[in-house]
Amino acid sequence: MDQLLHQILAGLATGSIYASVALALVMIHQATHLLNFAQGEMAMFSTYIAWALINAGVPYWGAFVLTVGFAFVLGAAIQRLILQQIRGTSVMPLVSVFIGLLFILNSVAGWIFTYTIKVFPSPFPSEPPFGQHYVSAHELGATAVTLAVLIALWAFFRFTSLGLAMRAVAQNPNSSRLVGIRVGRMLALGWGLAAAIGAIAGMMVAPTVYLDPNMMSGILLYAFAAALIGGIDSPGGAVFGGFLVGVLENVLGAYVVGNELKLVVALVLIIGVLLVKPSGLFGRVQVSRV
Amino acid sequence: MNMSSNAPSTAASSRRPALLGLAVLIALACVLPFVVSNYRTFQFTLVLVYAIALLGLNILTGYNGQISLGHGAFYAVGAYVAAILMDKFGVPYWLTLPVAGVLCFAVGFLFGRPALRLEGLYLALATFALGVSMPQLLKYKHFEHWTGGVQGIVITKPDPPFGWKLSPDQWLYLFTLAVTIAMFVLGWNLLRGRVGRALVAIRDHPTAAATMGIDTALYKSLAFGVSAMYTGVAGALGAIAVQFVAPDSFTVLLSITLLVGLVVGGLASIGGAFFGALFIQFVPNLADNISKAAPWALYGVFLIGFMFLMPMGINWALRLGWARLRRNFPRRNFPVASPGHQADDVIPNATRSPP
Repeated sequence: MDQLLHQILAGLATGSIYASVALALVMIHQATHLLNFAQGEMAMFSTYIAWALINAGVPYWGAFVLTVGFAFVLGAAIQRLILQQIRGTSVMPLVSVFIGLLFILNSVAGWIFTYTIKVFPSPFPSEPPFGQHYVSAHELGATAVTLAVLIALWAFFRFTSLGLAMRAVAQNPNSSRLVGIRVGRMLALGWGLAAAIGAIAGMMVAPTVYLDPNMMSGILLYAFAAALIGGIDSPGGAVFGGFLVGVLENVLGAYVVGNELKLVVALVLIIGVLLVKPSGLFGRVQVSRV
Repeated sequence: MNMSSNAPSTAASSRRPALLGLAVLIALACVLPFVVSNYRTFQFTLVLVYAIALLGLNILTGYNGQISLGHGAFYAVGAYVAAILMDKFGVPYWLTLPVAGVLCFAVGFLFGRPALRLEGLYLALATFALGVSMPQLLKYKHFEHWTGGVQGIVITKPDPPFGWKLSPDQWLYLFTLAVTIAMFVLGWNLLRGRVGRALVAIRDHPTAAATMGIDTALYKSLAFGVSAMYTGVAGALGAIAVQFVAPDSFTVLLSITLLVGLVVGGLASIGGAFFGALFIQFVPNLADNISKAAPWALYGVFLIGFMFLMPMGINWALRLGWARLRRNFPRRNFPVASPGHQADDVIPNATRSPP
């Protein structure tokens, strides 16, 4: 029982990581109706920037803020320089760009920072807090950061006019343009925000999985599964899905299928959700006019 | 008007040189193993194998518009079917191809059913998940007595039959060439006919296609099945050529490699498969000399670059260049000849529908 509790709590901790990457996916989806395959790689690259900054003597939170800023610029630049250029509605160019970015970022990170695994510092104390031994301080801290980001994001979309404008652009870019919203800027902003969230997720996950160019490869799939379970258009659902996937992965990995089939679990989850309830638990059912 | 009235005659007259060119190419391909080293022959065998796999991917992604980032998984299934049949059951190598094809058709068809619900990016991600999780399935300990686990399976290279004086590499190349030609003739027939038109119609406008009486669900799953069959046959051939299968040869990188080959060669073009195959066989080797990371960065650059600069791939770019050349030469006397031709060709039509 103690063991199971431990697995569940550890699952919640990894789940918080999936939740934040899923959140970034949902963000981009809300702002642009796209799914960014390079999301994990963008986060990984930003985390390397943070690592380089910390190694250069910048204090942790300073590096944190600088990295989030860098990721924002990176995301916005990718949108403006590459995606903006794509005309038409065909999906193939988008997929090519995403996959291309994924591999460019991955190889460039390997090129600059080498493929050796690096230790990434955690900003939280090393001994478990509150006199218990289930959750480490880093796991708790990472979860708190994720929740804070979620609340901030929800408030941004719900209460600010900028958030409203971004939602409008995603829903109907043409009408938005007619009422005077700068559609291109909103899209760039969406990408920037998503990249920034991804960078935060990267910095939170790096202390547990260690830093290497491939650290995000599995996480992206889990995050995608999480986003689908929650409903691809629901930020809250993404977070819930993230925690659920984290717990499922840990518990199933420990008791049912073993560690070597963890990715298959993600595959089964993805296909299962798409078959049984394509709109996810909290998503709206999409109805399109023909 | 002008184009349509001239189309039948130009098509008929341009088909003959095209067929002639094809025959010359095939003849050259037959001679190839006797003029290059055994290692080069082996490399060209792999080019043919990739070409089959790329044609398969093209049927799904290029013609039917369903993006797959997990075709490496079907390739892996084909390869493992061949290896297990040869190693565990002593089945002759040539018999493994139809088995791999049929099995992959079934797997692809079954995967295609749930995939019907997915469109565009979602399908891409679901197939991506398939590609990523394939090595884990192959390594799974309960399948280990079949798959050989992490170690994989070693198979022996087949000897030439009838006591022919050929090296095993040469024989395998010729065998692969024969299979390739057969698969491409099949594919050409499939895509140039009713089925091909249905696939393209579904890609371009699913609703309109359904209105025209095309069973979109059936055709989409069939496209998945046929595509997986091609890739599975390629996988089986590849396993026989490499003489070895292991989970780590079939990572998601293989799927991405196939995607790169597809984009470089050209979407929805049959001949493009060969350009794509040549690219993915030889270019990474060149880039490997620069850095370990270089091939993948290069793949990324090529994927994005081709999409912007040459979205229809090498094959279409060459064809466009050729068409321009042909158009430029007769242009000097064409304007005089063309109106007269047109007038006595299509008088009934011309009166009814002005251009």
